[in-house]
Amino acid sequence: MADTVSATRLSAWGGGGSPYAISSNKFGMWLFLVSDTLTFSALVIAYSYVRISTENWPRPFEGSSIFLATVMTFCLLSSSLTMVMAVESAKRAQVKRTVGWLLATISGGLLFIILHTNEWLGLLHEGVTPFGNPWDVPLFGATFFTLTGLHMTHVTGGVIYLGTIAWGFRKGKYSAEDVEISGLYWHFVDLVWMFIFPMVYLLSCTI
Amino acid sequence: MEALPGTHSNRLYLTVWSGLLVLTIAEVILAYMALSVGLMLTLLISFSLLKTALIVAYFMHLRFEKLSLTLTLIPALVICIILMFIFFPDSLRLLELR
Repeated sequence: MADTVSATRLSAWGGGGSPYAISSNKFGMWLFLVSDTLTFSALVIAYSYVRISTENWPRPFEGSSIFLATVMTFCLLSSSLTMVMAVESAKRAQVKRTVGWLLATISGGLLFIILHTNEWLGLLHEGVTPFGNPWDVPLFGATFFTLTGLHMTHVTGGVIYLGTIAWGFRKGKYSAEDVEISGLYWHFVDLVWMFIFPMVYLLSCTI
Repeated sequence: MEALPGTHSNRLYLTVWSGLLVLTIAEVILAYMALSVGLMLTLLISFSLLKTALIVAYFMHLRFEKLSLTLTLIPALVICIILMFIFFPDSLRLLELR
């Protein structure tokens, strides 16, 4: 029996009852993330497509908004670190610590939402809406707000998800693995921003 | 502490996090340099792919899972994303038509 287990661990395609050696919950989350990656890829590629095919593409992001976007990136990256700490504490069955790290992660997410909403409001105030803008390139608003809006929806959903997990983990309703699976989702949200940040913000600095 | 299955040292995570921060700052500095569009795009995308690899491998623990999971999830995803790029020549053609 011990031999079969080690053989399964060693060979990549060992098969057996659990070919990936993870629970169905975790595999389900991975499959969801793969499909969600395709959704975001489609949006980023659509943004790039209309940007290339439009000559007078607007670049409303000045130094201050690039700085804010960098701070937002820092928020997400750091919340990923605290999320990892939460998963580690959960595996060591340290309930209080896990909840603390989860709350830190949630506050990182909330800070991101606040900063991003503030940026959106600033743009809307300048007349940059999803359907039009002063430069008469409505496709900018359409692609920009769809892409960042879907990402912000994911962050908001993530904050609610992590809140539920933190509450349930403290009550003993959710296991350490549930915390780990919520971590996978949170890191994914972080990861998507790692593409939105250079494609939307950094590529309007000098180019 | 380290003996527990599936746990890793905090130092590993802190190193990965600092690496991600350094890459982000490098990207921001890069954005303000006078480079050609092609070079800038290549560098920014490479940095972002590197950051993605770090996040997926260490934060999402994919490096510590069975290889079969990585082989199932990643190559198909990369091929699907590459397929989307088939539209790009069209966008350049639109620019020529104006």
